Amino acid sequence: MAYSDKVLDHYNNPRNMGSFDKDEEGIGTGIVGAPECGDVMKLQVKINDDGVIEDAKFKTFGCGSAIASSSLATEWLKGRTVEQAMAIKNTEIVDELNLPPVKIHCSILAEDAIKAAVSDYVDKSGKGKDAATAPAEADAAKTRA
Amino acid sequence: MDIKLPIYMDYQSTTPMDPRVLDAMLPYFTDHFGHPASRNHSFGWEAEQAVDTARGQVAELIGSTPKEIIFTSGATEAINLAFKGVQEMYGEKGRHMVVSAIDSRPVQDVVKRLAREKGVELTEVPVDKEGVVSPDDIKAAIRPDTILVSVMMANNEIGTVQDMAAIGKVCKEAGVIFFTDASEAVGKVPVDVQAMGIDLLALAAHKMYGPKGEGALFVRRKGPRVRLSPQIDGGGHERGMRSGTVNVPGVVGLGKACELCREVMPDEARRIAALRDRLQDGILAASDEVHVNGSRTRRLPHNLNLSFAYIEGESMLMGLHEVALSSGSACTTSTLEPSYVIRALGVSEDLAHSSIRFSLGRFTTEEEVDYVIGRVNETVKRLREMSPLYEMAKEGVDLSTVSWKAD
Repeated sequence: MAYSDKVLDHYNNPRNMGSFDKDEEGIGTGIVGAPECGDVMKLQVKINDDGVIEDAKFKTFGCGSAIASSSLATEWLKGRTVEQAMAIKNTEIVDELNLPPVKIHCSILAEDAIKAAVSDYVDKSGKGKDAATAPAEADAAKTRA
Repeated sequence: MDIKLPIYMDYQSTTPMDPRVLDAMLPYFTDHFGHPASRNHSFGWEAEQAVDTARGQVAELIGSTPKEIIFTSGATEAINLAFKGVQEMYGEKGRHMVVSAIDSRPVQDVVKRLAREKGVELTEVPVDKEGVVSPDDIKAAIRPDTILVSVMMANNEIGTVQDMAAIGKVCKEAGVIFFTDASEAVGKVPVDVQAMGIDLLALAAHKMYGPKGEGALFVRRKGPRVRLSPQIDGGGHERGMRSGTVNVPGVVGLGKACELCREVMPDEARRIAALRDRLQDGILAASDEVHVNGSRTRRLPHNLNLSFAYIEGESMLMGLHEVALSSGSACTTSTLEPSYVIRALGVSEDLAHSSIRFSLGRFTTEEEVDYVIGRVNETVKRLREMSPLYEMAKEGVDLSTVSWKAD
């Protein structure tokens, strides 16, 4: 199978690979997938008091496309609000990385990982819910869309 | 050290042709192009002579007589002829077949079709954790209506070599035809259809430095005489079992490949096994939790199958892009299932996804092995740093107790 240049680039130069301490304040952690399915993604976000994602990190067990999907997700997350992060769709990842049909599940897993990480932050802090519904944030989301 | 890239370490997928095989074949495309069934001119006689010589070369390698060799387009056709031919010929006598759990894909597919369309009943005999089939299990699986037992002589993924003589003896005592797909074994390890009690044996030229598109089926003529219904009708070539003009250059190539393998086998097996052991030791010494799949004692000299815990197989191959290898990972197959062979060993699914097959051969060098050791070790290190599973394991999390959120 031939990989797209973007998948190869993320595989060879993964962005934001690593971990945060999951117990630190402002950190949300999502772990999705299962080893027996051949894919596990861990995605973490670091969210500041304004509800903006300052930093993101990933670790992935999976094929090149899974690694690239999660690497790309961390790039996209930085600077977004909680609501904007929750709006990222797997199809955007598919388009950006030119994933073939058999690899679409990698992008779905990345979307799930984003949602799991952000939800973890929201559950832990309770802050995300307010930030996500604040009018300014909603406007920002519309502008981006 | 200058090394030519990419490096080929996928000899169990196919082998390059030995240049001596090509030299032997070339005249039969042009100067000696005759039809071996043309009985009334020298063109035909030359071709017939070449085919007879090749038949003898194949027979000598496996300990049969030349008349027992039926040329086919490859091992897959030989397998189809054996199973379908036996089922049609002996279907009245019984409808039961016994097949090992790690027999090759063509065997799995053909028996499934026979079960679906011809009412054949199957018993799948499991293997132990090294991939070994127990002769006692074969004995226990045989019923009064069993017409065929099939055990692959050496497995294509893990390289486990079966105790053929013991299984052959069980079959002989029960009066059941014993088939083996020996395409991975012939030319690599000694094969003797007499000593092993084999009645039908499939082999392929392209796995032993011969051309693609050529193979053979050994069909026993004495003790017992095995009869097969032909699957291709035509001019009654190959003792009526396989019609169609014989592929003379291909057959000449298969014969030459067999002759060369027979001449070099002891030295070659020793040399390649030493390289394989060097590769194995170099990788196992550098990283923890790398598992050898299959048997370390009953193994083909050129096979090494490893599972790299916490690393998915396809990402491993991607990291080793300049080395040609195979993986049991679902991502590298069209089925989205990890290797059935690795799973039959009782290996967990995640380790099946992490399996990589290295297969060495006649043209593998020590420099190539050392290069691959270095690249494998680098890639393992890099991908484990990236693996959430490795991180969890190092933190002391028992991964088998985690409840995973899969989609």
